Amino acid sequence: MTATTGYGHGAQGPGAQGHAARARARLAGKTRRFITPEGVDLELKIASAGLRFSALIIDLMLLVAVLLGFTFGALWLGAIVRGDVGVIVWLLGFFLLRTFWFIGFELGTRAATPGKRAMGIRVVARDGGRLTADAVVARNLIRELELFLPLQMMGVAASEDMVSGWTMAAGLLWSLVLSLFLLFNKDRMRMGDLIAGTWVVMAARPKLDAEIGDDGATRADPALNFTDAELAVYGVYELQELERILRLKEPRAITEVAAAVRAKIGRPWVADPDRGADMAFLLAYYTQLKARLERGLLFGKRREDKYASE
Amino acid sequence: MTDAATASPATAGFSTSRFRAEREADWIAFEDLVARLEKSGARALSTDELLALPVLYRATLSSLSIARATSLDKALLDHLEGLVLRGYFLIYGVRESRTARLARFFRTDLPAAMRSVWKETIVIALVITLGAIASWSLVTWQPEWYFNFVPEEMAGGRDPEATKDYLQSTIGHGTKAEDGDEEGALHIFAAYLFQHNSRVSILSFALGFAFGVPTMMLEFYQGITLGAMIAVFTGKGLGTEFGGWLFIHGTTELFAAALSGAAGLRIGLAMLFPGERDRLTAAAQAGRTAGKVMIGVIIMLLVAGLLEGFGRQLITDTAMRYAIGTIMLLFWCSYFYLPRRGSAA
Repeated sequence: MTATTGYGHGAQGPGAQGHAARARARLAGKTRRFITPEGVDLELKIASAGLRFSALIIDLMLLVAVLLGFTFGALWLGAIVRGDVGVIVWLLGFFLLRTFWFIGFELGTRAATPGKRAMGIRVVARDGGRLTADAVVARNLIRELELFLPLQMMGVAASEDMVSGWTMAAGLLWSLVLSLFLLFNKDRMRMGDLIAGTWVVMAARPKLDAEIGDDGATRADPALNFTDAELAVYGVYELQELERILRLKEPRAITEVAAAVRAKIGRPWVADPDRGADMAFLLAYYTQLKARLERGLLFGKRREDKYASE
Repeated sequence: MTDAATASPATAGFSTSRFRAEREADWIAFEDLVARLEKSGARALSTDELLALPVLYRATLSSLSIARATSLDKALLDHLEGLVLRGYFLIYGVRESRTARLARFFRTDLPAAMRSVWKETIVIALVITLGAIASWSLVTWQPEWYFNFVPEEMAGGRDPEATKDYLQSTIGHGTKAEDGDEEGALHIFAAYLFQHNSRVSILSFALGFAFGVPTMMLEFYQGITLGAMIAVFTGKGLGTEFGGWLFIHGTTELFAAALSGAAGLRIGLAMLFPGERDRLTAAAQAGRTAGKVMIGVIIMLLVAGLLEGFGRQLITDTAMRYAIGTIMLLFWCSYFYLPRRGSAA
């Protein structure tokens, strides 16, 4: 259960510290400076290869769906006219649609195709300027080389058996190097991004969730009132993991995390507690830990995680 | 904007929940404006709302700065970051209206980009001509060479063994095959040729990053196909007629092919000789010029497709075909290369 990472005690050796640090380093490695004219760094996060691939698959499926609809429409309307409508629709339509689908959508205000929107990513000019039409055209025409040419080559080779094994292998290697180019650089740029001067970054749009925490009324209850020493065991990383658990509201995770926190701060083990008690315990702990760490922030102290010194 | 009294501070003095209560209304108002802008553009907003937009943007940006320094509420931080990013691209992304941008692009940007790759265009035009001359002389000398140069699916029966009558029929003269099936096959053939030629142009641009070498090979190969075709027709004494058949759309299409090759070559040269810039910046700058050229190329290919599909079927007079082809060539040249005021690039 990943939710409990960082809350257990004792059993974790130095490996655990490495794990949290590695996770943060990975996040930092994917963050790029992006300073607005107002001087605020918006910290763009590079979209992962997996997200890019999923977005592409969604777009391709939509493309085929549109083409199918178009074909059936054309056949339904023009079945009487000519039988070759379908061939022309696929031959020309697929070419025109795939060329203008990506360009058209990325020129819009959200700079993302439907697939990219679904994955919460968008295209951005690398220099922080606006995304121009020429950049969008350049990055998408190169897709022809990266994706559709290899696909067609493999199709031809498979169907006509006209290429020798070695030619096929060489072609495959060449197209793999091109298509998988984005795996070999840390900015996840494909060939088209490189030439157009663009990036694909995260553009998630999280909803504004209500603030969580107790109202302070439970402070009278000593079981829900924590001493400074009890609050000093965790840092920002653990606080935000706790926030994630509390927002998820998954009963099993709540029980496990509550048990782990109790063990860590030496509170008595509650045998078979009811869910409400665990939730109240964690909420109270979260509120007080957050207040303590935020007070630290005001004094210029930010404790990254439980391994950092006070 | 909401009154601070409703907030219930967990600690005395500054508190993040009071901070949030004070500012939350601005964020919600800003998100509402951003969502409407993204959905249906600036027209969806009233004048007051448009004026409020940058104010709300700065308020939200300042909230983000404060939240980063004081708050540990990850949901809040993530929301503000996402919201400010969306707002940033809306406010700084587009500085003029879509029509003004489009007009400026066609009035100055596109011709300037075409002009800036003139050296590359000449090189590619020479490469195509060289390929055409080479294959023309080879096929004229020994017609068997033809089958090495032109793949069967592109020849469409037009090879050295075809009769003069058949060749004449393929260029819209003499007795024409009236068979319905035949005509259907011709439509498919035309569609195939169009998407094939367009793809070759796109590829010769896209292959430019490999220092321009594959681009030149591809363009040379285009010249070879062309020369072999010409040789077949001149061998049967149909040179003038074939010239007209080719000229009506060919001036536009071959010009587009040369320009796409020039765009590819520009990228390849920028990667080979980046000058004072680092290679990545050089490639990106060349890529943008090349991207502009490619927009022009796509438009030219569409025009060529129309000329090929309609113009050539409707106009069968050879002199007319030459005239239209020449007019198109003159039009593109004067549009791209005539010097004009206010474009120093």
